Amino acid sequence: MRDLSLHILDLMQNSIRAQATVVSLSVLLSEQGILSIIIEDDGIGMSEELLSRVMSPFATTRTTRKVGLGIPMMAENCRLAGGDLQLESTLGKGTKLTATLDTSSIDCLPLGDLPGTVTTLVTMNPDKPEFTLRCASPKGEMQFDTREIREALQGVPLNEPEIAAWMQESLREEIEPIFGGVIL
Amino acid sequence: MKSLAELQAIREKTLNRINLRKEEGEATRVVIGMATCGIAAGARPVMLSFMDEIQKRGLQHVTVSQTGCIGMCRLEPMVDVIVPGQEKVTYVHMTPEKVGRVVAEHIVNGRPVEEYTIGAAEK
Repeated sequence: MRDLSLHILDLMQNSIRAQATVVSLSVLLSEQGILSIIIEDDGIGMSEELLSRVMSPFATTRTTRKVGLGIPMMAENCRLAGGDLQLESTLGKGTKLTATLDTSSIDCLPLGDLPGTVTTLVTMNPDKPEFTLRCASPKGEMQFDTREIREALQGVPLNEPEIAAWMQESLREEIEPIFGGVIL
Repeated sequence: MKSLAELQAIREKTLNRINLRKEEGEATRVVIGMATCGIAAGARPVMLSFMDEIQKRGLQHVTVSQTGCIGMCRLEPMVDVIVPGQEKVTYVHMTPEKVGRVVAEHIVNGRPVEEYTIGAAEK
């Protein structure tokens, strides 16, 4: 993966496949330049046994395709950038993934096109789950919630091309001032 | 969330389109591989380009959706275009640059872009 926004797109597919009704993404940049990416869902969760296996790229069973390269690749990129990836999960409750990276590390991937990632997720999953996004840095913060959009649209599906264009544009406008320059 | 008011305007505009679509039956489907392999190979910009082209051309009868890994990761990004009543066409190694031609020649004019298809790639 070339940037973190692609990893986020990939990892959030796991939440969708876990039948989550709400998937929350937070991208937070601290004063010290530590970037935290937190993906939280209320999906089916993972058993202790599965949780212990998902970090390994070689534990995958091709027939079930329950695990694969998504998580181990992100974990590796976090470690390369002086950070870490942690997973907490409870069967029937949901899963929380926390990835940290030190943006001052030369090996830290750029954040990339986060508006594109969110727009893609919403457009490809127009009915469920609901997505929330929170971005924050010392420069400011923003929030996004598909429930608000759904309410404003009153029955018009979220995957209409005009709405995708609007989403990308308005997310870009809001996210760029928060992370712009440093890690975009 | 900024500019929710703008959404109201978009809503009005799209409502007519949706009603029109309901009257006219089955849509052309664009299905994009969005597993780890697809995403790493560049499926996201391809998908966004499809949405962009569909919007610019005001196409009424096209839906875009995603699928997982179908086991041919080396050919990603892969896109299936399914025109009702015709055989499915699978495009491989897609790029945003190729999307314009697929939309114009295949989806609008009904002639698949042979050179981008899996048949041409596997020769």
